[in-house]
Amino acid sequence: MKRIRRWLRLGLALVLAGALVGLVGCGRSEGETAAGGNNAPASGGNASAAGGAGSGGDGGSGGEAGGSGGQNEWVILATTTSTQDSGLLDVLIPVFEQKTGYRVKPVAVGTGQALALGERGEADVLLTHAPESEKKLVESGAVVNYRLVMHNDFVVVGPPEDPAGIRGLTETAAAFRRIAEQEALFISRGDESGTHKKEQAIWQQAGIDPQGKPWYHSSGSGMGQTLRIASEKGGYTLTDRATYLSLRPNLNLEILIEGEPGLLNIYHVMQVNPERFPRVNAEGARAFVEFMVSPEGQQLIGEFGVDKYGQPLFFPDAGKTLKDLGFEG
Amino acid sequence: MDLIWSGLREAVAMLLRGDPELWQVTWLTLRVSGTATLLSVLIGVPVGAVLALSRFPGRNLVVSLINTGMGMPPVVAGLWVSLLLWRSGPLGHLGLMYSPTAMVIAQALIATPIVMGFTLAGIQQLDRRLSLQLLALGASRWQLILLLIREARLSLLAAVMAGFGGVVSEVGASMMVGGNIQGYTRVLTTATVLEVSKGNFDVALALSFILMALAFGVTWVLTLLQQGRRPYVP
Repeated sequence: MKRIRRWLRLGLALVLAGALVGLVGCGRSEGETAAGGNNAPASGGNASAAGGAGSGGDGGSGGEAGGSGGQNEWVILATTTSTQDSGLLDVLIPVFEQKTGYRVKPVAVGTGQALALGERGEADVLLTHAPESEKKLVESGAVVNYRLVMHNDFVVVGPPEDPAGIRGLTETAAAFRRIAEQEALFISRGDESGTHKKEQAIWQQAGIDPQGKPWYHSSGSGMGQTLRIASEKGGYTLTDRATYLSLRPNLNLEILIEGEPGLLNIYHVMQVNPERFPRVNAEGARAFVEFMVSPEGQQLIGEFGVDKYGQPLFFPDAGKTLKDLGFEG
Repeated sequence: MDLIWSGLREAVAMLLRGDPELWQVTWLTLRVSGTATLLSVLIGVPVGAVLALSRFPGRNLVVSLINTGMGMPPVVAGLWVSLLLWRSGPLGHLGLMYSPTAMVIAQALIATPIVMGFTLAGIQQLDRRLSLQLLALGASRWQLILLLIREARLSLLAAVMAGFGGVVSEVGASMMVGGNIQGYTRVLTTATVLEVSKGNFDVALALSFILMALAFGVTWVLTLLQQGRRPYVP
């Protein structure tokens, strides 16, 4: 009998808790409708109305208020996998957070996705390396405060035996042509990242469409993973130098082509336009951009990796223009 | 072979060192997946029980949907929750994207159909004559449901284990809605993916061992509860 009663009580508690959740759920949905009502005038582009919608949401969510109240403190940084995999972010972000009191949520994805997040206002600040694609966002007004931060360079890596025989070629497009002629395995990122876009541009320059060829594999993953695959399968790939250097101990790959000006990998930082997306943390984003191009940020970038690899992984470029790096503006 | 040993050694070393980041990641994993499982039990058990005891047109369709949901791919759940929580989405004003709360929501979405499906099956497989007898003894509708849930508790604990196992091991949804942010939304699975892409296989292996140990520990406690003092020996 006792056991039955205990189980009954437990069951009752469960049902009560379930009902409670149901109630909270209802309360929340009421909050949403209220917020939705406030949202309608907000779409007119009125900043104060947008603020009203925000507080409506807070009221509805009750316990979640901490999450939305912290919105001004959090800065969402959409960036490339190379800045995370190389470890640069682990150095820069703590210093930035300590200096400014903001907290950064770095979302490391391919440049393609990072730019898409920025274009939809889902991130506050972007750090990417695909100047061609970035230009479209600047022109459309989706991002502002567009600043050159740093560069490193791309290199073509492949198995030390170099089956296609590209070692010693000076032109990357010629090397790609030879890989295609020899039908040597090539591993592509295939994720619309900055590196992938660069690779596509080189194929185009070489006059070859590798899509669908049996020797052309698309990994659909980040730089680190793609290097792993190339190393395991004995294939060639295009990589940024930073990621390659930081992973080199685990890879059976060598640099075969480097040094061509066209292989520069240029990083820009930019903030998502707060006038277009009212929910963007404009102040935090501006602070991050300013930090990246500040003397302190630039020094951290220039010193990063020297102790570990004997050479810098990134070269600070704040204040320079694309022309200074050998591009026509 | 040496990689496995260095992974094991690294795992033990990390545990002994009391690496604060490791504890933080492990604790977050337990907290997020535990909360998600709790939520899924609170929703899944009552709904599953009521569904098991009711007859209405279209019931088979609902049950099929739940059973399909038991195999809900985590990335699908992640994408749906992303669409809801993005700033441009209907719940964007809450600012929940890339937070542990977002991960709880996505994981609860994955676990709820599992718990619901197990509850449904567990209660339906009880002898129908039990319900008849309980009703004959004067049980009210709610008493009936509670007593049947009690009778089906072995299945229910299996449901909890399956739900927890499903969410603690998923990586797609956590990566998508959490963003794998260090010290904030990084859990054991996403940390493992990151360490692999960084090429730190020993650390990745160490994390995977810790994840397995965590999953085992939780399941073990639940199994003790489930098996109790009465093995099935007539």
